[in-house]
Amino acid sequence: MRMGEQPSTTGESLLSVSDLRTRIETDRGTVRAVDGVSFAVDRGEAVCLVGESGSGKSVTCESLTGIVPQPPASIVGGSVTFDGVDLRDEATDLRSIRGARIGHVFQNPQHALDPVYSVGDQLVEAITAHGDVAKRAARERAVDLLRQVGIPRAEVRVDDYPHEFSGGMAQRVAIAIALAGDPDLLIADEPTTAVDVTVQARLIDLLRGLLDDGMALLLVTHDLRVVASLADRVLVMFGGQILERGPVDRLFERPAHPYTQALFDSYDGFEQLPDRPSRNELPADGCRFRAECPHAVEACSGGDQPPFHPVDGDTEHTASCVYYDEHREADAILDAGRAVRPAAEVDADD
Amino acid sequence: MTDESPSDRRDRGVSNTRTESEASRERSGRNEPATRRSDAAVERGDDRTIDRTGEPLLAVEALQTHYPITEGWLRREVGRVRAVDGVSFEIHEGETLGLVGESGSGKTTLAHSLLGLEERTDGTVRFDGERVSELSGADQRAFRRRVQLIVQDPNDAFNPRMQVGKAVAEPLALNGMDDADRRQAIVEDVLERVGLAAEDTDRYPHEFSDGEKQRLAIARALVVDPDLVVADEPTSALDARVQSDILALLDEVRREFDVSILCISHDIDVVRRFCDRVAVMYLGEIVERGATAEVLQRPAHPYTRVLLGSVPSLDPSDREFVRPLTDTIPDPADPPSGCRFHTRCPAVIGPEDADLSEETWERLAAFRFTVQVGELPERIEMDDPPDAATVHDAFDLPDNIRDDEVAAGVEDAVTALTEGDLDQAEERLAAVLPSVCEQQVPETVDVEGRPVTCHRYDTDIDAEPRPWCE
Repeated sequence: MRMGEQPSTTGESLLSVSDLRTRIETDRGTVRAVDGVSFAVDRGEAVCLVGESGSGKSVTCESLTGIVPQPPASIVGGSVTFDGVDLRDEATDLRSIRGARIGHVFQNPQHALDPVYSVGDQLVEAITAHGDVAKRAARERAVDLLRQVGIPRAEVRVDDYPHEFSGGMAQRVAIAIALAGDPDLLIADEPTTAVDVTVQARLIDLLRGLLDDGMALLLVTHDLRVVASLADRVLVMFGGQILERGPVDRLFERPAHPYTQALFDSYDGFEQLPDRPSRNELPADGCRFRAECPHAVEACSGGDQPPFHPVDGDTEHTASCVYYDEHREADAILDAGRAVRPAAEVDADD
Repeated sequence: MTDESPSDRRDRGVSNTRTESEASRERSGRNEPATRRSDAAVERGDDRTIDRTGEPLLAVEALQTHYPITEGWLRREVGRVRAVDGVSFEIHEGETLGLVGESGSGKTTLAHSLLGLEERTDGTVRFDGERVSELSGADQRAFRRRVQLIVQDPNDAFNPRMQVGKAVAEPLALNGMDDADRRQAIVEDVLERVGLAAEDTDRYPHEFSDGEKQRLAIARALVVDPDLVVADEPTSALDARVQSDILALLDEVRREFDVSILCISHDIDVVRRFCDRVAVMYLGEIVERGATAEVLQRPAHPYTRVLLGSVPSLDPSDREFVRPLTDTIPDPADPPSGCRFHTRCPAVIGPEDADLSEETWERLAAFRFTVQVGELPERIEMDDPPDAATVHDAFDLPDNIRDDEVAAGVEDAVTALTEGDLDQAEERLAAVLPSVCEQQVPETVDVEGRPVTCHRYDTDIDAEPRPWCE
């Protein structure tokens, strides 16, 4: 194992990802969209991948089951193990795993829905594709799934076409289709971004119920509020790499990496940070965030990604930042993290 | 920091151009913003002071915008979508008003009606004291210059084949500025003030990031020196940090350009950080409005509480939501009677004559309205009707209902459900569980100095406001 990576496999994990690397060819050169990402998701656990557009969080998810379009992308390294099966092995039939054991929900529900078939037909297809189910039973299950995701008058609406559903409703239908195969792992990419807060609350409740039933969730989002409401563990991603990881309560209590702090800061205050370089312009070595980091020093340049150091002695909450090296003083940065921590907002509101 | 990149330099454009901004103000012949302070002026804790005593910049009264629903080749009107249905509010000079509500509440229709992009059905809109519907000729052109729109997705706002300099200059040309050099000078100035570079005028929209495109959209709204900017979800297509930058820019803009802003947003964080006052809209009506801090800290209307209580807390240990009774937003063509929110209201008022505890009523109200809108629990299917015990369990019905008539009606409804007759169940529940909220249209009453439209605050109605504990 290289420096800078944390052991990710506990042996028991449903999904374990190690040193995953995906490149994308663009007209401006090769982008290292996923650049050495390692993590694990256990059964019944919700892991949130947080970051902005271009951070590589979606490509990470799409690389797991090989649905990332190849080309322009190519998965060039790393291992992905799901319930003991090597998903990177060419002999593995990924189609038998996608849908049946790993469900996907995408940000734009219209991508998941075929406009020329009723949602019922699409649900029945998803149900029968992954199990030996009679047509009639499959239709009943389709109605059940629609109810489960909160579609009113599901027994009528099952015959409607995708365009007859509003954005929030279509997203619920897309989730129902992802759940049709009764997956062990749901990968959801910004599932609540385009919906009203009331619908979002409803979907979060639904996902919590599925987690209680033992389903694992890998949730991609840029919304820290959604993370706080669902995650057990959080991975903060930037420039194709994970920069900070930890249990949700501790990471929200003391966001440690300067990038994580900048994310929290954007929920409050009006301090304007420099314009972001595009991801083609990010540093190619050392800390990818250093060009925007207010604390950057000489040590941030060169070599591999900084190793993950425990934050304040906490081995589960770690940051890939040279300041958390045991020989350095991280107090000043941690204090900056305290200033932006969400509790400040709670105090102010009461 | 590393070497200063062009984007770093570009970014500081906003704060470095105070002198240019003064020059521009002279150019536009505008006076310095009013500095008169009075007791009614709202102190914001920053350097902005809003005078709310004088004539408002924008005054909207009883505004209605309905869309006809037509049928057949004669296009006979068979109904109306009441997208905006009697809305009143004011925006004062320099003020930012937030408009919040779910999709379908009529926020965007309202904005478009103000701008004249949708035809108003009724009501008046006064801008700077003048009735907008009576403007014509030069006055109408002036109104169109003084009120500008920023749309949600900047990708929709630009022609991909037009250089951005031209696109930003377009409103100037439309407003009769024929001197191309002068247009160019103004565009370059404005681009720098929104954090872009004067050289950017020759580039095409695809060369910009989404955040930069939104800056361009803001620049295009600002070139004609408007007094009111209507921003429809200006940041919701953007990442958190870019969103923060754009809000910071708009904050800068409203100080420097002294504009009022109507900011439509479903994002409470945007409203909290950016808006002086907020109006909450539901199914075409404003149900509550007031100073942002007051509305967010002590929301009065049950709908405002549902909206705020649906926003996840940033504290991972606080994962409770305030949920509506039902999730279905009713059809604006056929809004519920009485208070339009009553089918979803967690604080819907119980029947006056029935002897029910508050807790019993809450569970029965949930039963009644879930049946009415058809949001049945998973186990309840009308094709394969459940037994009575399953109905009791699935709807969490109370065991001992004190009031005999209500108890009998609820049992009838349960029986109807076991027979697969949803309509009968709905009818029986409506008969024994009436609510003033469905029978009477609520009056707008004053709650701590802000207008709230809810029966619970009406002293003539026998119901107390619920406490708010967030």
